[in-house]
Amino acid sequence: MKASAGGYARASSLRDALEMLAASDGSGRVLAGGQSLIAAMNLRLSAGDFLIDISRVGELAGVSETADSLRIGALTPHAEIGRNPLIRHHATLLSQAVEFIAHAAIRNRGTIGGALAHADPAAEFPACVLALGATLHVEGLNGTRDIRAEDFFQDIFETAIEDGEILTGLSVPKAGADERQVIEEVARRSGDYALAGVCLVKRTGGHRVSLFSVGPKPILAKNAMAALDRGDVEGAVEALKAEIDPPSDTQASAAYRRHLAGVLLRRAAARIEGGNA
Amino acid sequence: MSIQFGNPDRPNSYIGKTVPRPNARRLVQGRGVYVDDIVLPRMAHVVFVRSPFAHAKINRIDAEEAMSVKGVLRVFTGKDIAEVCTPWVAVLAHLKGLKSPPEHAIAVDRACWVGEPVAAVVATSRAAAEDGAALIDVDYEQLDPVADMMSALDPQTPVLHPDMGDNLAFERQHEQGDVEEAFRTAHKVVSARFVTGRHTGVTLEPRSILVDWNPAEEQMTAWHATQAPHMIQTVLAKHLDLPESRVRVICEDVGGSYGIKVHVYPDEVATAAIAKIMKRPMKFIADRLESFSSDIHARDHEIEAKIAVGEDGKILAMDVDDWTAIGAYSVYPRTSAIEGNQVVNLCGGPYDFANYRAKTTVVFQNKTPTCQYRAVGHPIAVAITEGLVDMAAAELGMDPVEIRRRNMFKDDAYPVTSPANMRFEGLSHHASLDKLLELMDYEALRSEQAELRKKGIHRGIGIASFIELTNPSPFMYGIGGARISAQDGCTVRMDPDGSVVALSGVTEQGQGTEAMLSQVVAEGLGVSPARVRIITGDTQVTPYGGGTWASRGAGIGGEAALQAARALRDSILEVAAAMLQADQTKLDIRDGAIVDAASGEARMPLEELGRIVYFRGDTLPKGLPRELVQTRHYITSDYPFAFTNGVQASYLEVDTQTGIVRLLKHWCVEDCGRVINPLLVDEQIRGGIVQGLGGALFEEIHYDADGQLLNGSMADYLVPMAAEMPDMIIGHVETPTQESLLGAKGAGEAGTAGSPAAVMNAINDALRPMGAQVTEMPFTPERILRALGSLKD
Amino acid sequence: MNEMFRDKIDISLTVNGEPVEGRVPAGQHLVDFLRGALGLTGAHASCEHGVCGACTIKVNGEAVRGCLMLAAQADGADIWTVEGLSDQGTIKDLQDAFVARNALQCGFCTPGMLVAIDELLGKEGVPSRAEIREHLSGNYCRCTGYEAIVDAVETVARARAQKGAA
Repeated sequence: MKASAGGYARASSLRDALEMLAASDGSGRVLAGGQSLIAAMNLRLSAGDFLIDISRVGELAGVSETADSLRIGALTPHAEIGRNPLIRHHATLLSQAVEFIAHAAIRNRGTIGGALAHADPAAEFPACVLALGATLHVEGLNGTRDIRAEDFFQDIFETAIEDGEILTGLSVPKAGADERQVIEEVARRSGDYALAGVCLVKRTGGHRVSLFSVGPKPILAKNAMAALDRGDVEGAVEALKAEIDPPSDTQASAAYRRHLAGVLLRRAAARIEGGNA
Repeated sequence: MSIQFGNPDRPNSYIGKTVPRPNARRLVQGRGVYVDDIVLPRMAHVVFVRSPFAHAKINRIDAEEAMSVKGVLRVFTGKDIAEVCTPWVAVLAHLKGLKSPPEHAIAVDRACWVGEPVAAVVATSRAAAEDGAALIDVDYEQLDPVADMMSALDPQTPVLHPDMGDNLAFERQHEQGDVEEAFRTAHKVVSARFVTGRHTGVTLEPRSILVDWNPAEEQMTAWHATQAPHMIQTVLAKHLDLPESRVRVICEDVGGSYGIKVHVYPDEVATAAIAKIMKRPMKFIADRLESFSSDIHARDHEIEAKIAVGEDGKILAMDVDDWTAIGAYSVYPRTSAIEGNQVVNLCGGPYDFANYRAKTTVVFQNKTPTCQYRAVGHPIAVAITEGLVDMAAAELGMDPVEIRRRNMFKDDAYPVTSPANMRFEGLSHHASLDKLLELMDYEALRSEQAELRKKGIHRGIGIASFIELTNPSPFMYGIGGARISAQDGCTVRMDPDGSVVALSGVTEQGQGTEAMLSQVVAEGLGVSPARVRIITGDTQVTPYGGGTWASRGAGIGGEAALQAARALRDSILEVAAAMLQADQTKLDIRDGAIVDAASGEARMPLEELGRIVYFRGDTLPKGLPRELVQTRHYITSDYPFAFTNGVQASYLEVDTQTGIVRLLKHWCVEDCGRVINPLLVDEQIRGGIVQGLGGALFEEIHYDADGQLLNGSMADYLVPMAAEMPDMIIGHVETPTQESLLGAKGAGEAGTAGSPAAVMNAINDALRPMGAQVTEMPFTPERILRALGSLKD
Repeated sequence: MNEMFRDKIDISLTVNGEPVEGRVPAGQHLVDFLRGALGLTGAHASCEHGVCGACTIKVNGEAVRGCLMLAAQADGADIWTVEGLSDQGTIKDLQDAFVARNALQCGFCTPGMLVAIDELLGKEGVPSRAEIREHLSGNYCRCTGYEAIVDAVETVARARAQKGAA
């Protein structure tokens, strides 16, 4: 189908974009890479929006580092996340995840900020930032806010971004020397949304396990984490299955997704212990 | 006047060689011309408002708001279209009892499936027409839907078309021998329930039509993405009340067909009607989302089947109870009873056994109509047959290869008639199986499988033999009253410079028809294929023909081309003999020149003959025939169909924790008779295999209990993509049909016919030690885990 | 709504090396602009939800889904379609390999396929068959079964590597 947009404006700066958003009376939609938004518009799931194109706002792109964290601009494309040496070194979970996301042409244009703000519960990046304990940065005309990943994802396609705010980037803690990060997922075909997926981070402070495609938002599996901290993988699998309430759809039932989450956690744990993560 | 096909050194030996497709160069440069690429002056766009309900009465349609959208020109309802376009009824007289009610181009007072057109909006752009369509206010009154197949005939189920009396569209039972007695006395009886998922074709180019009506000339021209231009010409003429001579259907490049584009679609006929009413060019390009609910579906079958075998593995009997639900209407003009009928005709196909019973029950339901799609009925029949044969082998502790060897018709048994009453002229099951085993190194693969099994890696090998129906005669449709041409024609002419133009009634959908025809004409005439220009897909210039369906292009269209080329050769040689004062029988045409047949000595280039005939005819003897153009039509007459055969094998690995199947390799040996272009045949087989693999592992249209379509997008309906597909080894055995000079049978559907069964058998081969078995397609990871008992709820 | 937002946007860009200007509706995707306004019908619109890859074109040097980018966003962009790449001759070896191997049947996916492959071939080294399949996993072909396409890509990748090494 053909998209129906109410109007289009290209922002030249973040300030410019925020002013446009304020002026749009709640009908404004921030357009970054557009790999989800334009698809939704072409499906007429979304019509009449006033599009604020931030894709040229240079201040929102790029990766930089501080002593203990990486700052990733919201407009950094998936492909760049996959190849950026800082990310590959300090937050390998994100670069691993890129290989699972859609296809090359989509990774060229899709952005990490767009993926996080879209908050598709089946997407990889939201679960990754949850497992990494990242902080998301949003900005409105009234100032900036930092939101913990745990607080950012609220429901299906719903985040803590308020009206008038734009996600500007995220900060990810640098991996410790002995930290291990792995992502495991099962999709029917390469690049499809996962039927279920698991992110596992093992750091000095303990394990972090997040899941995607098993509920309305990415889930931090705290009981499973505790069991892994005790070295009890099977206990973690059992805890994990109790912590999630997956949906049933035409691709898979809740029971299958729950089973799969356990299999994937076992595999992730084995990879971590195997040391090739 | 026969061609020495066995002699590779014969002159003009283009048949049997890989020559490039003349149209490929254009397509790789983006110079294809598909319907949506064509823009005409004053052209407008049609968008259809489609029913959101499976079954609903249409009380009122309010178009006022839609008409206010800038660019919207007009809105049409079913009643408006019915004034210029008559409805159709899709039945065939030889399918006794088949019934279906009249169907209108746009629903008049009742919508019967999600996606049925209920109104049309015409605008100056597709976007404006969509804006208008979104504002059409239809007052629906929902009616009880018939959504479930197996309860469609139950007394408490509502009757979808009250005028029809019940929901039974068609049933047929065939019985041969004493089936009951065979089962009663058999050594072993194995039974299973098979399910094949509802598919759709997902042609990458959506259905497309652009129709221009010129009232000054009373001429309709339709640019149409179709497989059967002449059939569409006939249909538009009949239902829009025009002489066939005033309807021209042009089919340029078509972006994928596979049977999807051989049917009459209500929205496409409505587009022609609207063009006629509005007297301006009208374009309809189906959107991808509406494709899922309006392109025909197929393969929605549930089957209970059993096989009886003796201790020696001989098949004693087969009994098949097939059910299929075809949607709300039988599809015009081929009807929707053929698929079930094919299941009855094809089950047990490769095997020599005595007692056979098969029944198909075809019911109506409130879903998208189903109809013929690549390999019609074959993937179902092959899955039933080969699934049962493997299960019987396992029950007997016999190797799957051995049980097939013991039952397949012997290669020297032909002609034979099968228990389903199909007549086979000549097949090569044993030679094909031998070749397959050699190509795949069956024994080595079995050893590898056993070794890996010890390490907990579960691989499976699956084999599926099959027959394929090709080169149909009028027994398929014509005898039932459908105006569907089984014959086909070709005109071959020589232009003054000695170059050649061939106009054919078969069409190019990408399978390589034009390359095939250029080779056949080149060899038949004696010029190089590069010198032959092929024209297809224009009813105003090509001989009347059937187009592309049932793998008939090479066997029927190719033979017509060969005969036309040979006739033109005779005409040319007659003129040449007069010019050269020679004996016509001692001349030949080779590489574009008249030569002495015995010595090969050049006597005269064709361009010299062309110059004399066209510009200096005064120098030729008075009364000498000088038609450098010949037309021949061809129809099969000895057999209703030319059956082909083949055998496939799949090697795969099942992840028993996730249920994911990884395809490792696939093999196919098939016998399509004379191979005209080896590369093109191989690629037909490969493409067909993958289309079948899609059905085996991924493709399935889902509806809910209310008849709502649940996965109508390419994100949710999973087609096979490159990453999951295997490499495929293809081999051939050639048993040419004796019916034609060319000897070609069809190759377009063999891949699709056998690959789902091969995969099913391979999965079950992998799962058998764990006591699990799957028979419901697609074999999703979840279904495999459920078979393994890994999921408790 | 207000002056900031336009329902028609003026754009100025380079397509196949030629300067182009246009006024586009806010919601129009790039492939409709290229096909409709410029008559560049090589790239095809098929699914229009980013899944099939038939609309793949080259934008600022990268393969992009033409249906998932608005024409308005292409202001200032450098765009190449199969027509331009053909004229330029840069993918001739790939096109020749497609024809020789019959790596296309109906041809509808081919222009998008070629652009996607062009990006892969631009990378270092000879990709494995699995890598080729993975790279093309977002380009749907219903006709070929993919193997001929993979063969053609492999042939060209090897030939280019050999040429580079020579």
